[in-house]
Amino acid sequence: MRQKKDAGLIGLTALSAAMMMGALYLALAGAPEANLKSETGRLAQRIIYFHIPTAWVGFLAFFVTFAAGVGYLRTQARRWDIIALASAEIGTAFMLGVLLSGSIWARPAWGVWWVWDERLTLSLIQFLVYAGYLMLRGTVEDPARRARFAAVYGIAAFVSVPINFIAIRLWRTQHPLMFGAEKGGLSPEMMFAFFFCLIAFTLWYAALLGHRIRLERLRDEVEAVKQNM
Amino acid sequence: MGYLRKVLAIVWKDIRAELRTKEMFSAMFVLALLVMVVFNFAFDLRVGGERVRQVAPGALWVAFAFAGVLGLNRAFVLERDRGCLEGLLLAPVDHTAIYFGKMLSTGLFMLVVEALTLPVFTAFFGVNLFDLRLVGVVLLGTWGFAGAGTLLSAMTAQTRAREVLLPILLLPVAAPVLIGAVKATAGLLDGLAPGEIAPWLRLLAAFDLIFPAIAFMTFDYVLKE
Repeated sequence: MRQKKDAGLIGLTALSAAMMMGALYLALAGAPEANLKSETGRLAQRIIYFHIPTAWVGFLAFFVTFAAGVGYLRTQARRWDIIALASAEIGTAFMLGVLLSGSIWARPAWGVWWVWDERLTLSLIQFLVYAGYLMLRGTVEDPARRARFAAVYGIAAFVSVPINFIAIRLWRTQHPLMFGAEKGGLSPEMMFAFFFCLIAFTLWYAALLGHRIRLERLRDEVEAVKQNM
Repeated sequence: MGYLRKVLAIVWKDIRAELRTKEMFSAMFVLALLVMVVFNFAFDLRVGGERVRQVAPGALWVAFAFAGVLGLNRAFVLERDRGCLEGLLLAPVDHTAIYFGKMLSTGLFMLVVEALTLPVFTAFFGVNLFDLRLVGVVLLGTWGFAGAGTLLSAMTAQTRAREVLLPILLLPVAAPVLIGAVKATAGLLDGLAPGEIAPWLRLLAAFDLIFPAIAFMTFDYVLKE
């Protein structure tokens, strides 16, 4: 059972690694140049192939944490808690990636590292909310209580996402819209590169999730062995 | 005994306990004053005179939020320290009644502090805050803040970090309340048309419903031993 699962994880890891190499090539060289005047602008534009998939993985990961939290409260099964924890950790790391890659793009595009724009504020709040999730887990010793608190907070935190979105949307916007914008859309080749990256990042997330879950299971086993000694 | 009577019994218990010591209330009020004083001199140094008004709504809600965090922290930490939480849990009431009772009592303390802070604030910042519509905004904002805060406070009181953790969890989760409340307050002070303030009030109202609803569904798991 364990070996079969491990083989699957190794396969997923290899596939996601290969896809990420492809994504790297497409993002840096494969995708056509954007129709922008300055060279810096054209180079900076290429960040969308990494920036947006990173953001997507962040939101996906937090949704998984939310769903696993609901699963945990319904069943009280440890495996749901492991999934919630693993996904929250990955999501927080990716959210930090979104903030950093966005700042790197904003510097040449807007001339500043940071503006208090709706998406930026939302992403920062998201990041802080889930940094809080990890801190909450760190301060509860009893495993069952930790899992319950994390599940409740994971649900409350995820529900605050749409409200935050409305709040900040009402407020102001400066961040470019990827889809639904009238001009500045992507050409078919760029679309291909973009969706390739999106799939690559999603697989990467799945592989990371698998590894993190495996790690937590092993930790549980070690704990059980220690108890028996 | 009906559900509402049980909730009110918990509120009444908290009010009586607070009236005997008044320690939480005085701490909240003094902190609210201090926040305003700090804001006033910090901004007066930089933006000066008339323009301090511009930051008035933000300063007001930061003061309310900090005072609220203080009050929310005490709501469950006190019960736990004195071994009263077990007593509450043994009471023949639904756990959600404890949530609503605590939310109402903490919200009430916040409102009293806010009612006392507003006149001082009017004097400090030279803006007229005696406006009935502002009372509505304060009610909506306080309700939402206490709604999210009571759920989180019940959890943080049972962690190792306790008081330290609540603001870290609450401030980002309750960010929409603060944004909505500051925007609505600023709109009123600037004399904007009701149509321009309405979206913020709707946002506050939505938040005021959603967080108590989540708490209603999950509060059992928070208090379970």
